[in-house]
Amino acid sequence: MNATSMTVAETIQWDRPVRGRVAMFGLIAAEAAIFSIFVVAYLFYIGKSLTGPMPKEVLSVPIFYTICLLSSSLTIHLAVSALRRKGVRGFAIWWFATIALGTAFMYGTATEWHRLIYHDGLTISTNLFGTTYYSLVGLHGFHVVVGLIALSIVMALALLGNVRAEHAERVDVLSLYWHFVDAVWVVVFTVVYVIGR
Amino acid sequence: MSSDSIALPRAEAASRPLVDALHGWVTTVDHKRLGILYILYALIFLVIGGIEAGIMRIQLMHAHNDFVSPQVFNRMFTMHGTTMIFFVAMPLVFGFANYLIPLMIGARDMAFPRLNAFSFWLMAFGGFLLYFSLVGANGLYGAGNAPDVGWFAYAPLTSRTFSVGHSTDFWTLGLLVSGFGSIGTAINILTTILCMRCPGMGLGKMPLLAWLNLVMSGMVILAISPLTAAQVMLLVDRYLGGHFFDTQAGGSAVVWMHFFWIFGHPEVYVLAIPAFAFASEIIPVFSRKAIFGYPVMVAATICIGFIGMSVWAHHMFTVGMSSSANTFFVLSTMAIAVPTGIKIFNWLATMWGGKIEFKTPMLFCVAFLFQFLVAGLTGIMLGAAPFDWQLSSSYFVVAHFHYVIVGGILFTIFGAFYYWFPKMSGKMCNETLGKLHFWLFFIGFHLTFDFMHIPGMLGMPRRIYTYEPGRGWDVWNLIVTIGVFFQALGTVIFVTNLLWSYFKGKAAGSDPWDAWTLEWSTLSPPPAYNFASIPVVKSRRPLWDLKHPNDPDWKYE
Amino acid sequence: MKRSTHQTALLIASSMVSHAFAEPMAFASPTNIFAPVSTPAKSIFGLSMFVLAVTAAIFVVVFTLLAYSVVKFRKRADDDGREPPQVYGSNQVEIAWTVIPVLVVLTLLVATARVIADVQNAARPDNAIEVTAIGHQFWWEFRYPALGVATANELHVPVSDGNHPTPTFIKLLSADTDHSFWVPRLAGKTDLIPNHPNSMWIDPHETGVYLGQCAQYCGTQHAKMLLRVYVQSREDFERWIREQRQPAVVADAVSEGRRVFETTACINCHSVAGTMATGRFGPDLTHLMSRETIAAGAALNTPENLRLWIRNPDAIKPGSLMPAMQLNDRDLDALTAYLETLR
Repeated sequence: MNATSMTVAETIQWDRPVRGRVAMFGLIAAEAAIFSIFVVAYLFYIGKSLTGPMPKEVLSVPIFYTICLLSSSLTIHLAVSALRRKGVRGFAIWWFATIALGTAFMYGTATEWHRLIYHDGLTISTNLFGTTYYSLVGLHGFHVVVGLIALSIVMALALLGNVRAEHAERVDVLSLYWHFVDAVWVVVFTVVYVIGR
Repeated sequence: MSSDSIALPRAEAASRPLVDALHGWVTTVDHKRLGILYILYALIFLVIGGIEAGIMRIQLMHAHNDFVSPQVFNRMFTMHGTTMIFFVAMPLVFGFANYLIPLMIGARDMAFPRLNAFSFWLMAFGGFLLYFSLVGANGLYGAGNAPDVGWFAYAPLTSRTFSVGHSTDFWTLGLLVSGFGSIGTAINILTTILCMRCPGMGLGKMPLLAWLNLVMSGMVILAISPLTAAQVMLLVDRYLGGHFFDTQAGGSAVVWMHFFWIFGHPEVYVLAIPAFAFASEIIPVFSRKAIFGYPVMVAATICIGFIGMSVWAHHMFTVGMSSSANTFFVLSTMAIAVPTGIKIFNWLATMWGGKIEFKTPMLFCVAFLFQFLVAGLTGIMLGAAPFDWQLSSSYFVVAHFHYVIVGGILFTIFGAFYYWFPKMSGKMCNETLGKLHFWLFFIGFHLTFDFMHIPGMLGMPRRIYTYEPGRGWDVWNLIVTIGVFFQALGTVIFVTNLLWSYFKGKAAGSDPWDAWTLEWSTLSPPPAYNFASIPVVKSRRPLWDLKHPNDPDWKYE
Repeated sequence: MKRSTHQTALLIASSMVSHAFAEPMAFASPTNIFAPVSTPAKSIFGLSMFVLAVTAAIFVVVFTLLAYSVVKFRKRADDDGREPPQVYGSNQVEIAWTVIPVLVVLTLLVATARVIADVQNAARPDNAIEVTAIGHQFWWEFRYPALGVATANELHVPVSDGNHPTPTFIKLLSADTDHSFWVPRLAGKTDLIPNHPNSMWIDPHETGVYLGQCAQYCGTQHAKMLLRVYVQSREDFERWIREQRQPAVVADAVSEGRRVFETTACINCHSVAGTMATGRFGPDLTHLMSRETIAAGAALNTPENLRLWIRNPDAIKPGSLMPAMQLNDRDLDALTAYLETLR
């Protein structure tokens, strides 16, 4: 049995998806499943806390910070488009804007939690609402932080001149993660601040 | 091009210092080596898990035995279940997938070799964490601190109140860490299959093993994540004062059950579907016929994947769900029997009209067919919820799932060992020892697991360290225990065979079984780069096409 | 002319099960699920016979085909070495063995759904006995709220006549972890889950003692959380209720033992009606001597066992939550004598 007796034709047209993109979708699917479980737990436990404080009493809807985070999806999209068009400077600006908006969102979360803990007396062990709220919002925040770290690494590389148009595909794959994080926030926001309040 | 000029000559390999060689294995990113590491890791834990089972069976040999204390027994069943599922079956599945998939799709490696290595070491560390519980915290005095909450760790037994110390935490953390490894491997397998098939190998032309592992990795991605989430919630409860499963604070024990079984049921398909894959490769070759109904087999597997995500609460028929909920899960559970049965019929049709050779791999796969049939039928019995109200949590269930996992999955894995060992090592396994292994294990399996159904029907619950005389359970428990010794002996013969054959086996050549998929077109063992040049295929059986140029498959597919 | 495989299968299945599992010595068992005496268990039995018949028929058909194929299509010794004809599939065959299983599944589903409804949604008649069962690590608390009775581990219910049924409805609660109430000859099992009340019912048609045990792993001594259900005639049951409602017997001869009981930690966990002992963590001891077993069935209720249980519970049930009371022999004897009067 001779391996090379098979026809070798490098010119065959053979299209397959890009590895990084497929893997990122796989990761997003796994993360979506994890978040779904936390969302289900949150929804199931609405109204079941035996003691206060209740969501209505302490939650204030974070409109501004939500706008920040959702806008960062737009800015990252603009960054990737810029890079595709070889606009490395434009890419760096929009990329930085994304990081700034994401950081603003985390700042908003941090201040909200500070108020909830020290002013309203709501911690993860206070009641079912506390447990499910901090777990779900915290899990999302954790993913935002991981995203910010990844974006910052790319930012550093960009400032060193190492990010060029040929990296557009890879940067786009990373932006998929960021879009996912934003999409999760849409769900978390709806569940926590609209349905659960 | 002969094999000698390509493979590294043995003399040169042996002269490398041991440290160098070990370093090569520890730092490898080669899918073949990682596959072998997974498999060796699993074999070690198979023996450990088997010893845990042996201890339990000796204790249960007769009523009111005192071979071990209840505390030790409860740790045994917890560790046995957890070990066998997460550190034997999963690594075996991932190991064979890792080894075979790139070879079978004509690729040089997996999509992400470094992620591959990282995932293996995560899984290995998870196993280490779980077993560290034996010495961690309270230490060796009093038989260690292994978890004793059962492999499904129901709340609130796992809360700080009822599970003092850290044994439950070792369970949680060990599985959490290995779970991340599993997700990594699944993403890798998914990407490899979708993105790295050789030219001409459209999705409808890849081996069934590739299709089935594709479905399996999709299920891992969707099913391991709920377990990860639930375990994070458990850690929040145990360490941050959370109340996810704290029934005193309004939390729900049933929610843990839902989350666990949303993982737990698809998990058994994660294990079974690759077993089906082995059968789907071995049975055609030893029947000398193409697999019957390839497109239907793919469709049936995808159906099993989907329906399998919707049956989980058949593990919860006794928790007090409404009659409508119970009825829904009866429907989905019964429904999954249809695609599963279709697969059995297709394997039957593959053998029909063939010329069956009963080499060791085929012996194991034929036994699988009969045994999986029985396992599926006892599953239907359990799926009829009122019948399950009697049989749930009894030895009938234990018999059923061991019939699936041992009689179904482990038998095909044994078959896979004997079938692909020549490819992995370049040596044939000893056929006499192989047949001896088969018959000893077959006899032991049936002694243990056929008769295990009976105490269940006579009212014996599971997870009990002893039982009352006069319930009519004694003689059956004794027979069950006797079977264990046959299986242990069979396993010893198996390991002996692997070792003996590795050193003294006949040279295998690239294609000892006269098979048809791409892995048989390269050397045994394959060189690091797998193929001298990337193959181009036209049908599902590229080697059949080469061996039968007047009658190639692509004319008929 | 061969009898059809189907008929043979049904014959084998029904005779196998009905003769094999209920009668012969080898399968004699007080907890045999195929020897029901109460309607839920009987409904399950009927369904199980049907399911067994169907699965046995499937087994015989598929087993025969598999066995036939591995024998008939073996490679012969005089084989010519050519590959057999390659058959890649057949749509008709695939449709056939899809449609038939679907029909079988639907049949099983309908039969199953009916029994689910019958058992779970059964109406509760006004004369039903109401019991609340509370699962503990590792014993059963039984209270009859309407009748003012509290006992442990041994449940008494009246026999139920088919024409004028007097079922017993049991509300299932838990004080700690998950448990499961399983007395196979009376009903399927139902779990006791904290913060998740459940309900089940039994209506035994024959008097006698029926055995069972906890069927959901609840900790170290899950294995010895045994159940005894005493099905009594109406008169016997009512006499038992009357006796259980009485406050504890007060006998001067055992006043020393009563003093030991009331001044040690016993009263923190146990209740004795009419005394200062009102603990709920352990079983109610008011009528301890009316029970045949102690330690949830782990030992017979004899003075020797009772004394041993108090002195060293681990000797009977290692890991149970009853502490060793560290009493000297004199106090232990007096205490045992006192408990022996609690009829």
